[in-house]
Formats: sequence, C-alpha cells, structure tokens
Amino acid sequence: MDLRIAHLYPDLMSIYGDRGNVIALEQRARWRGIAVETRAYTAGDAFDADWPDLWFFGGGQDQGQDVVGADLQGPNGGAVRRSIAGGAAALTICGGYQLFGHEYVPESAPAIPGLGVIDVTTRAGKTRFVGNLVADAEGGTLVGFENHSGYTYLGAKAKPLARVRIGHGNNGEDGTEGAIQGHLIGCYVHGSLLPKNSWLADLLTTWALERRHGHLALTPLDDAVETRARDAAIEVAKARP
Amino acid sequence: MRTTLAVLAARLTRALLVAGGRGATALPGVVGLAIDPALVTRLSRSLRRGVACVTGTNGKTTTTRMLSDIVRAAGWTPVHNRSGSNLERGLAAALVSARGDVGLFELDEASVPRVLARVAPRVLVVTNLFRDQLDRYFEIDALQKRIGSAIAALPSGTTLVLNADDPLVAHLGDSHSGKMFFFGVDDPRVGGTTAQAISDATRCPRCRSPLRYTRVVLAHIGDWRCPSCGFARPARDIAASEVALGPDGSTLRVSAITEPVLVPLPGLYNAYNALAALAGARALDIPLADAAAALASFKPAFGRLERVPAEGRTLRLVLVKNPAGFNAAIGALTETGRHPRLLAALSDLDADGRDVSWIWDADFETLAQATTHAVVTGLRARDLALRFKYAGLELTRLEVVESWRGALERAIALTPVGEELAVIATYTAMLALRRALAQAGHVAPFWED
Repeated sequence: MDLRIAHLYPDLMSIYGDRGNVIALEQRARWRGIAVETRAYTAGDAFDADWPDLWFFGGGQDQGQDVVGADLQGPNGGAVRRSIAGGAAALTICGGYQLFGHEYVPESAPAIPGLGVIDVTTRAGKTRFVGNLVADAEGGTLVGFENHSGYTYLGAKAKPLARVRIGHGNNGEDGTEGAIQGHLIGCYVHGSLLPKNSWLADLLTTWALERRHGHLALTPLDDAVETRARDAAIEVAKARP
Repeated sequence: MRTTLAVLAARLTRALLVAGGRGATALPGVVGLAIDPALVTRLSRSLRRGVACVTGTNGKTTTTRMLSDIVRAAGWTPVHNRSGSNLERGLAAALVSARGDVGLFELDEASVPRVLARVAPRVLVVTNLFRDQLDRYFEIDALQKRIGSAIAALPSGTTLVLNADDPLVAHLGDSHSGKMFFFGVDDPRVGGTTAQAISDATRCPRCRSPLRYTRVVLAHIGDWRCPSCGFARPARDIAASEVALGPDGSTLRVSAITEPVLVPLPGLYNAYNALAALAGARALDIPLADAAAALASFKPAFGRLERVPAEGRTLRLVLVKNPAGFNAAIGALTETGRHPRLLAALSDLDADGRDVSWIWDADFETLAQATTHAVVTGLRARDLALRFKYAGLELTRLEVVESWRGALERAIALTPVGEELAVIATYTAMLALRRALAQAGHVAPFWED
C-alpha cells in the first residue's frame, strides 16, 4: 500500500513550521508499513491532477501569496479542482485555507479570488490574532498556535472543524475554528498541527488512502509522546494564552 | 538639564541594581528614557568616533563583540551594549554607564527603524535576514521593507556593510545613496547546490522571479542571481576565498589580508560573523591586518559555542532561536564528525518566541542521527521530545527531565568523562540552565562579563 502527498508551493507557502505536518503524515505512514511519497507542486509546474491522494497547502507571506494566487487562476487551479472532485483529500492552513475558499478581500484592494472548493470567505481584519489556541472538534481536542489577520466566515456547505475554547479561531466572533467539507480541511493552527493532534493526521490518512485503496482501519500506534505533548500544550495555553 | 537628570537617575538605578547583586542591562535605560526620551540621540552625539550599529537575524552579538575587540586593539574605547540587551533601553543603559569615544550597538531587527530615527550611525552592519520569531516580527519580507525604509532615511555619510551572499540583505543597498562595503564567502567548496527547506528568499527581492543559485551555503545564503531582472550577488569588498573549518575554529584566506585569518570559534556562520566584523573595521578606517590580529584572540559570547568545563566533561553552550541559527549550530557541532551527547531545552516566553512551531523547520533529522543520547527539558520539553521522535531518535535514546538542575545533572552523568556535552537551548532556557550551572559552581552569572 502507498500514500501520495502533494505539497503545494513549498517554496512560497511553508511558513513557520508547516513542514511539520508533512513530516507527521510521512512518519506515521512509515510506522504503519505504508510506503509514502511526497512531491512538490509549485508555480510554473504543470500539475498532474491524477497523482495525489492528499494535498497539503500551508501558509505564506503576502508577497508569496500573490504569485500563488495567480498560478491557481491558471490551469493548475483547474487541476487541483479536478483532483478534489476525483476524491483526493486536502489539509490547508492559514493562507492555503483562504485560497481554497471563495475569495480574500483585502482592506483597500480588489478581492483575490480563491479556488472556491471550501465554502468560506475571508476578509482582512484590523487586529492580528497571535497566540495559543485550543478548540474542541468531533474527533478530539485541537491544540496549537494561531497567527493571522484574515477573518474567515463559513458558508452553508462548510462545517466548523472545531469550537474555540482558548484563542480566536476563524474570525474571533462566532467561536468557530477551521472548516471541514467532504474530505477537505481548513485550519488556522500552523506549524505542529498534525504531530500534536495525531487523531487529525490519522483522519486525513484514512481519507487519502480511500481514493485508491478503499476504506481501511489504520493500525493503532503508540501515541504516548504525542498525547503528553498535546496535554502539556493545553496546560501552556491555559497559563499563557 | 533634562539629559543630565536622566543620566543621574539611570546611574543611580544601575548602582542600586548592582549593589543588590542584579544584572543592570536594561532597567537603567528604561528610567533614563522616561525622563529624557531623546537620551540616546544626545549621548550618542558626544561619541567622537561615531556609532557603529550591527543588526540582522543571526550573528549580531558575536559580530558586535568581534568589532569591540577590534576597536580596542586600535586604542579606541567602545561604549557597547555588551550583555545583549539590544532594544533602545539597552542602548540607553550602555550610554549612561560608560564613557568612550565610539558606540558599538547591537540592534534588535524590530527596533532598527526606531533607533535609526534617533541615531545616524557612521556604520550600519547587516549580517543576514532569516525567518525568526514570527509571532514577534511577523513576516520576513515586511521586516526587510521596514529596515529598507529606515536605511533610505539615513544621511549619505553612513557607510553600509552588507552580506553579499544574502539577497534580502544585498537588496537593502538599493535604498542607500552613500558608501557600501559587501562581504561574502567565495570558496567554491563551501555549500551545496540545492535550496534548503527553510529558505525564505527563493524569489528575487526586486522583481519576484525565482532566483538561481550556483551555490547554496545555508537557507537562502549563497551565490545567487536573478535571471529575469539581472539583480545578482554584488561584488565583494571583503571575501573569503578559502575557508578551512576545524573543531575549535576556522582559518580563512581573505582578499586584501596577506596572513591567514584565524577565527577561534567553530562553524561556518562564525566565519561569516568574522567577515562582517572585518568589513565593519574597514568601514571605520581601521587597517584590516590589525583587525584580523585582534580577531585571533576573540572569546565567544554567552551561549555562542562557549565552552564550560564541568565534572571532567566539556559543556558546549549553544543558544538557538530560529531554524537557520539552529541548523548552523548543528553544522558546527557535527561537521567535523563528532557525535555529541545532547541536552536540549525549549521554552516559549517572549524572549524565546512564544510560538515553538519553528522546531519543525529545523533540521532535527541530522541531529538525531549524530547524537548518542538526548536529555530534553524546558517549558516546552514535551514539544521537543515529540520533534525528536518524528526526527527518528529512538525513544530509548531520549529522556524528558522537567527540572533544570535535574536535566543538567542527568545529561552530565550520561556523558563519559573527557567527552563533550552539547547544550542547545532557547534564550530563557539557557539563562535558567546557566543559573543551574552557577549554583553548581561551574560558571559565573552572565552579566558579569
């Protein structure tokens, strides 16, 4: 069995530890005896829509996001849409999450269109949300660090990924964090999201394998180190939000 | 009048702190600035030989200290924010506490615009710009622009000293109308050909097209050019044509210096710091041969590969704060084939960076392969243990010890007598470990130096 991960724009959209999510998916697959390959898909490449089981799309700086936004308006955006319609899963963080939504509306510039595969819209906010975040999701507790000034609002087709307990989440107003729509996830927790939230890593892996291998129950792993890191991070978030 | 009062109040604060056995690196400056907000401007004007400022993500403390040794050897008396308090209050504290003829100031990148608005330095050195504590500085492009705007407002009498190998730093030269000196490494054997995972500047800072590298030294540092607009690595005024790395230091062949230059600190990044200091000396009109001679007896700063003997072992203290600095330090610890035992400490207070996600960009995979055993501690010890697990360190070679003293003792016990223990820690974690070392009688508190 094998798992194929496409890392979208790793040269432009991999800010502050987003690579940790790919490391977590790769290692957990290897520990289960699943072969894994990660390929970089970046601006100027011709995307192969049939290859990926899972797309990973991290956060970027504003300037990188311009290049990426333009690339996704061309044939590469069509390839990602086709791949998702064909059953590929995706994890998108921060800027990647915004570009999977309908559009990003800056304060005083024309809206930047996104792929529109997750039913969310983002506008520039006045206050930047920076700090530890804890939220309750159906599959478990989410813990990590958020750092964004985009405020994201969910449409009818997207469900909130989690409810914020500590921190700000999507927009600081409605208590939601992230979005889940089919096999796509958007989220504002960057960096070490999947290593500490290993239940989410396994959910994405299950979805990704489903495309070519059908639904499978994953072999359980010893997650003692992961659980202790998550519990300790929750305590830190309580003490230093 | 106001300045005199501010100086007196600041000196009194300092005297009280020192009498109470405390460090006085910032508080006297806070007091002085409260009384006279223009304190730094007024006091720095009285320095006969002017002011040299050093900024950048990594290497500013070591570079400033190297420059300090160089100007002392030239017979000058520096006023230096030596204990590393590098915000405006640290400068004010240094200025009220000492008399001298030249100011040597290490500047926090984020405080560059504010300080340059108050002091027009004779020389400004920029070492490099990497991804750092994003929760504090946000994005590197935005930071580079802010520094560029501050440079554009400087008089043409200021000399810029810039790293030619860093496109983000070299681009700062576009904002300046005065004199500039560039430094860099020309040795073709230094570096590889592929960009590293943590690269921040894969795009041209002028036109945003992808940069081409014929040589990558570290992250986005290397021999670069933009095939689209033609912007390229500037000609080097101070260049290392040969770099020989050793376990305790390196030897450089530098253009315009006849004798080999000895850098008594290991690691390629310290060779860069030495080149920055030499270029700074040149900008201050100090003869390069004299500057190189002063470097040969340089002693490292707090946590910059400083060596501390403890119970028959040698502790090598390495301060880390971002992926680029971490990878450079790992390189220095392992490039000569050593396999150090490890004590690693991660904290998340303001001075460490509150977001610990950066550890996922750092090359723990190389470290995990090189190390025999790791003890981890700090306020975020569990995050660090998780990083080591995913980097492939077997759990039997990994231990979490919560207390500072306990972690230190355990790590020393696991290191055979006569061998080296690498202590890698973020800022406040290093301070805490340093206190534990002082309690055990191995070192003096850091602010005494």
